[in-house]
Amino acid sequence: MDAANVRGVRRLSTLVRHLIVPSPPSSSSSSSTEAPPMASQNPNDLVAPSPAAAFSSVFAHVAQGPEDPILGVTVAYNKDPSPVKVNLGVGAYRTEEGKPLVLNVVRKAEQMLVNDPSRVKEYLPITGLADFNKLSAKLIFGADSPAIQENRVATVQCLSGTGSLRVGGEFLARHYHERTIYIPLPTWGNHPKVFTLAGLSVKTYRYYDPATRGLNFQGLIEDLGAAPSGAIVLLHACAHNPTGVDPTPEQWEQIRQLIRSKGLLPFFDSAYQGFASGSLDADAQSVRIFVADGGELLTAQSYAKNMGLYGERVGALSIVCRSADVAVRVESQLKLVIRPMYSNPPIHGASIVATILKDRETYNEWTIELKAMADRIISMRHQLFDALKARGTPGDWSHIIKQIGMFTFTGLNSQQVAFMTKDFHIYMTSDGRISMAGLSSKTVPHLADAIHAAVTTVN
Amino acid sequence: MASTVLSAPFPSAVDLRGRSPMIGVPKNGGDHLLLKGKGFGRVRMSVAVNLSRFEGVTMAPPDPILGVSEAFKADTNELKLNLGVGAYRTEELQPYVLNVVKKAEKLMLERGENKEYLPIEGLAAFNKVTAELLLGADNPVIKQGKVATVQGLSGTGSLRLAAAFIQRYFPEAKALISSPTWGNHKNIFNDARVPWSEYRYYDPRTVGLDFEGMIADIKAAPDGSFVVLHGCAHNPTGIDPTPEQWEKIADVVQEKNHIPFFDVAYQGFASGSLDTDAFSVRLFVERGLELLVAQSYSKNLGLYAERIGAVNFVCSASDVTDRVKSQLKRLARPMYSNPPVHGARIVANVVGDPTLFDEWKQEMEQMAGRIKHVRQRLYDSLSQKDKSGKDWSFILKQIGMFSFTGLNKAQSDNMTNKWHVYMTKDGRISLAGLSLSKCEYLADAIIDSFHNVS
Repeated sequence: MDAANVRGVRRLSTLVRHLIVPSPPSSSSSSSTEAPPMASQNPNDLVAPSPAAAFSSVFAHVAQGPEDPILGVTVAYNKDPSPVKVNLGVGAYRTEEGKPLVLNVVRKAEQMLVNDPSRVKEYLPITGLADFNKLSAKLIFGADSPAIQENRVATVQCLSGTGSLRVGGEFLARHYHERTIYIPLPTWGNHPKVFTLAGLSVKTYRYYDPATRGLNFQGLIEDLGAAPSGAIVLLHACAHNPTGVDPTPEQWEQIRQLIRSKGLLPFFDSAYQGFASGSLDADAQSVRIFVADGGELLTAQSYAKNMGLYGERVGALSIVCRSADVAVRVESQLKLVIRPMYSNPPIHGASIVATILKDRETYNEWTIELKAMADRIISMRHQLFDALKARGTPGDWSHIIKQIGMFTFTGLNSQQVAFMTKDFHIYMTSDGRISMAGLSSKTVPHLADAIHAAVTTVN
Repeated sequence: MASTVLSAPFPSAVDLRGRSPMIGVPKNGGDHLLLKGKGFGRVRMSVAVNLSRFEGVTMAPPDPILGVSEAFKADTNELKLNLGVGAYRTEELQPYVLNVVKKAEKLMLERGENKEYLPIEGLAAFNKVTAELLLGADNPVIKQGKVATVQGLSGTGSLRLAAAFIQRYFPEAKALISSPTWGNHKNIFNDARVPWSEYRYYDPRTVGLDFEGMIADIKAAPDGSFVVLHGCAHNPTGIDPTPEQWEKIADVVQEKNHIPFFDVAYQGFASGSLDTDAFSVRLFVERGLELLVAQSYSKNLGLYAERIGAVNFVCSASDVTDRVKSQLKRLARPMYSNPPVHGARIVANVVGDPTLFDEWKQEMEQMAGRIKHVRQRLYDSLSQKDKSGKDWSFILKQIGMFSFTGLNKAQSDNMTNKWHVYMTKDGRISLAGLSLSKCEYLADAIIDSFHNVS
């Protein structure tokens, strides 16, 4: 038989095999008489595989995964043909014209980088771009931070906030004696999955009080007080996602004392530094009071929002240690987590950040553009509040202007949200969270109408 | 208990007045030693000495591959040569950014594209062209929607996503990896908690492929194992199966219901031709086999630091493909949410534009060509200088960026310590880091290490 015929025969025999029920992949050499593994081994799978497919693919038992609840909102929004649709789902900043924004200072940095003939694309070290790491640590901890002066900070470039949280979680699961992390209720939807897959077990502490639409401080103190000594505690550094509810400085101090007295390990998620209040230093205060007491902590930083570098995936994980010696060893172990995950991080976004942060002028330009974004959001808060007041919408809506950052936890329930999506083409997450960054003066009235209708007609 | 004594500042709110020292002692977590010193009068002062919670963390060894470059940088000797990591260098031993890449980046700047989040599965335009590049644009499996492609963080990230998928959906299965293989493969499967075992591959006696051993070990493995195969330019050996051998490997894989898992990091870089280098993957696909492929654009487009690659699942039905893709997304989201946009756009622009694509092919031929020249020169130098009669022709038979010299660890150490030639301890040298002008020096080093060190 010539080669083509041989291949043809082999092809036919493969097809024939596909018509016979295959034995499921197993480690025993004898074929199993059990049915192929069912989708139920993964409790998150919702859709059972079709029987026909089971006979033809080794992947037949893989069920359809549900769309990510947050990113899925944008998917649904994109499908909607309505001209009045508004996307208040994912936390990506939009201009008054409803357009994505690339900061001027970012464009300039990028021009410089792309036009620089001496730039190369060689692998970064596993820990990332050194300049970027130093500048990021200074940004969050303050340039004069004793922890930095004393070389007690191990900083590694990671893939934005998510990547920093995951690498930090994996490190703790391997090297820290307490494998439980306490996360606030509610928190960003991706937190539980990140930490679970990192190898930690996830518990919650009370945070949001639906009655006041503010902080359940008493509950927070009780729950952290009851946590086992040494447990990890996830804290949102500012602009809590999804609620927008932050502790006051006095409350932060009490939280700090409690955490330190119980020997809990703080892990800060800092995704909105500068974006919340408009001031980079103010938004870092919570982290800095913990560093000031000399204790240890982790921070995950993201430049997705405050530099508008969403798709470039730029962030950093810092571990503040007791001593420089420990920091060196910690860094070496972080590399062992990173190397089998993606080897080394992407250069483009980190180079943009480093370019901007290291030069006084570009840094200042950035702070101005950052403040403008934060101010626009604060203005949207006031406009929405005023619009609801003007409509006489029942309820106290002052939380809209008390909450801070990109998101507002409206207090609307999932039925009301579904109603707003269906009747008013408002796209938001079912927990009632809206991204203020997605609002404009033009769309505020439409949103206010939608909320008014939802509150008065749906329960 | 560690004996390190560290200072511990008191938290500002602690009030020691009138209290017994034990209650007033600040606890900043972790182990602490209480040193009770002499006090004034009735108040005893105590100092809490707090150790780090990470005190027990040990120093990790440097990465065996990436650590080589670090050591090279630290060496001040002017004869030093970095043949460690597989990153292409010009004849002047400079890093190389491809012209098409520069053009693409300028185009991207001019267009002023935004930096919004990519979907979890990555840039659609990139996913389309990367699958077509791998399988051929008119491959029936692409037309029939049987390929699930998810943008990944270069080769490593794509391998890791696939490994995580294997762990979740094939918890009983194991991965088979070649002996030897790229050092990071084991780490990836270990961290993804996929058990693995090795199949024989490199035969030190022939400095060639142990084909019988390879086939026997793949046959002996449990049915339904994931067989990791290097699509072309095997790393670290440079030894690839012949087309006939690939057919036989496919036979055994089929017989055992194994799932082929291709690592394609050098498409176009091995022979200079994108299609030739995709032969093995396309053969298996043509057989109707379901398989996985991890792709990287680090080497062939010189996009090392941009971390751009893809994981491809070729399935037997399109509805299965959709489900597989949805589950890959569920694994990517808690790892990094969505992949970086810059490298993906570069690839999409280069591969998607006929003019740039042709230019790319030419640049790739030049890169592959330079390496072939260097191989020839190294072989010539070795044959000419080595009077022992040893057959160095394996260097010419090997393909791709690397050569497996056959040097053992002690000999490799000699290369570094005596000759300042930096390479990995398994005897692998990266020819991409070698210039024609340094071949003679390298030949001297290899001959010395081989004959005078055991």
